[in-house]
Amino acid sequence: MATQDEPSIFADLDDSTVDESEEQVNRWKRNLRLWRETLGEQWRMLTNDLLVKLAMVTMAFFMAVAIFAPFIAPHQPLNRQYETDAELIIADWVDPMFIDSESVYVLGTTAEGFDIFSQLIYGSRAALLVGLLAAVFTAGIGTLVGLTAGYYGGKIDDTLMRIVDFLYGMPLLPTVIILVALLGPSLWNIIFAIIVLQWRSTARVIRSQALSLRERPFVKAAQVAGASDWHIISRHLAPNVLPMSFLYGAFAIAWAILAEAGVSFIGLGDPNRVSWGTMLQSSRAYAALDFGVWWWFVPPGICIGLVVISGFLIGRGYEEITNPELR
Amino acid sequence: MSKASFVVRRVLQLGVTFWAVGTVLFFLFRLMPGDPTSFVVSAQMTPEARQRIIESFGLNDPLHVQYIAFLRNALTLDFGQSFHTNEPVRDVIWTFLPNTLVLMLTAFVIAYILGITLGVFTGWYRGTNFEKGTVVTALTARSVPTFYVGLIVLWIFGAGLGVIPMSGMGTSGMDGGWWSRIFTTTFLHHLLAPAAVLAFYYMGYPLLIMRSSMMEVLSQDFIDVCRAKGLRERTIMFKHAARNAMLPILTAAAIALGYAVGGSVLIETVFGWPGIGREMVRAVLRRDFPVAQGTFMVLAATIIILNFVADLLYGYLDPRVTYD
Repeated sequence: MATQDEPSIFADLDDSTVDESEEQVNRWKRNLRLWRETLGEQWRMLTNDLLVKLAMVTMAFFMAVAIFAPFIAPHQPLNRQYETDAELIIADWVDPMFIDSESVYVLGTTAEGFDIFSQLIYGSRAALLVGLLAAVFTAGIGTLVGLTAGYYGGKIDDTLMRIVDFLYGMPLLPTVIILVALLGPSLWNIIFAIIVLQWRSTARVIRSQALSLRERPFVKAAQVAGASDWHIISRHLAPNVLPMSFLYGAFAIAWAILAEAGVSFIGLGDPNRVSWGTMLQSSRAYAALDFGVWWWFVPPGICIGLVVISGFLIGRGYEEITNPELR
Repeated sequence: MSKASFVVRRVLQLGVTFWAVGTVLFFLFRLMPGDPTSFVVSAQMTPEARQRIIESFGLNDPLHVQYIAFLRNALTLDFGQSFHTNEPVRDVIWTFLPNTLVLMLTAFVIAYILGITLGVFTGWYRGTNFEKGTVVTALTARSVPTFYVGLIVLWIFGAGLGVIPMSGMGTSGMDGGWWSRIFTTTFLHHLLAPAAVLAFYYMGYPLLIMRSSMMEVLSQDFIDVCRAKGLRERTIMFKHAARNAMLPILTAAAIALGYAVGGSVLIETVFGWPGIGREMVRAVLRRDFPVAQGTFMVLAATIIILNFVADLLYGYLDPRVTYD
């Protein structure tokens, strides 16, 4: 029997000595430990930098706001706060608390009679949903495609990279606009349209990493030992490109939120959901600029900026992990 | 692989990319819900007149016939007629593209001059508060959406102080050709705000690239040699380090310019700039397929061609690049 207290590093190789179920458990334990160690080390490096720490706090703050939005927001974001006969109640908006002390609305109401503060709170949900989903899929698809192309090479590589080249020929925002116009204006379609284009950069970078990784001795050793392609890709290549995937994931959060805001601002936002982009769009549509109603259009932009810059800073923190020369 | 065969292969790839973008676009627009003819065909029309118009656009033909006609016309840069105004799409493009180019190029030149200079300084003064501050500013500039900065600028300087116009180029109704119009003070006055906002946004990219490129160059031996020779710091900074750090900027600039034209959509919408991006959005919103298709192709073509230029430029500027 192999010593069970301290699993040998050759645990993978001496199959005969351990019985089936125990071997499975050990393998999982070992995998788990490796992942925990890698992630822990990266986390420590990441939180070393003050700016990155600030960025993470900001991100965590907005996440908390998004999760607890129903408890924070005093009103439903798309509930009219008062009724009039007129279809549009432009002349009737309520001033914010700091201007009219009798007002019950922290940031006043929009020209349509919606509570601005509640819209701002709920807007964080749309932004983070778009950002996180796009990031996960961008990094996931990009890594998978990049590893497959880089590891197999040849025709598979050629085909996949031509698709990536084609995607690089598409302008981001115009493509998202056309896709959303085609699929209908909903948040899910916006997310989908962003993902369709965004994985291209991750795929390209991960591929070039995989190209060099597959020539390394440990991959050759695994091949000789008879490991399957999937095993090599998932166990030997993936952990090595992980920081790069995270880096592109973090950047994808930022780009996706910017893209969503832009598409919504143009007027293709989800009509049933409030996002910071749709807030800016409606403030523009009701000429809030000309009326000087800055409490309507200044806060959403600041929120977008804060979340996006946090994404960029976390990404930059990761860049220092993947490229030690920057440190 | 030799350089010539690399170029030939790259040109072929260019053609294939164009074909792929056009094809995807063609089918996407045919899949779009809503009857495009409802915008041209008014309700009072007799059914015969209506039929005639639909046929004149070729909208009744089977899809593959339409597709072949589309490809044939695309080769001669003929994207059909606007459903909305009946104007040939080519004319629409010629009306709006120059406006986009003049805005983008102005902003781009300003952004790259400022960005590169600041990048040289931040790379040189690495680890100082100046460096940290500049990098954070650059990141902020790239994080806040351009259209939002545009809104704020319009609010403060337009609606508030009244020193900049709220919208447009200010040249409609002017006499003379396009060139004589853009050299008027009215035009420059209208150009100021959008160009400044864009330049502020674009600046971050060359700044950050130049900074990391400078850091790389500064760690090389020849910089120490320069110091040992007793050259002045400024001389080393600009004449030796910066010049060698320029290479990544040039190719990045070509690619970024392509994406800048593609990203013109938002800033043109905010400032009411009659450019190709805004026209594309309007065409999409009113289901004007031919115009949307044509303007999108122009935006995509700019990106594709500039990517191609960047590839060639790289090999030309850096002889160490091998073609494989």
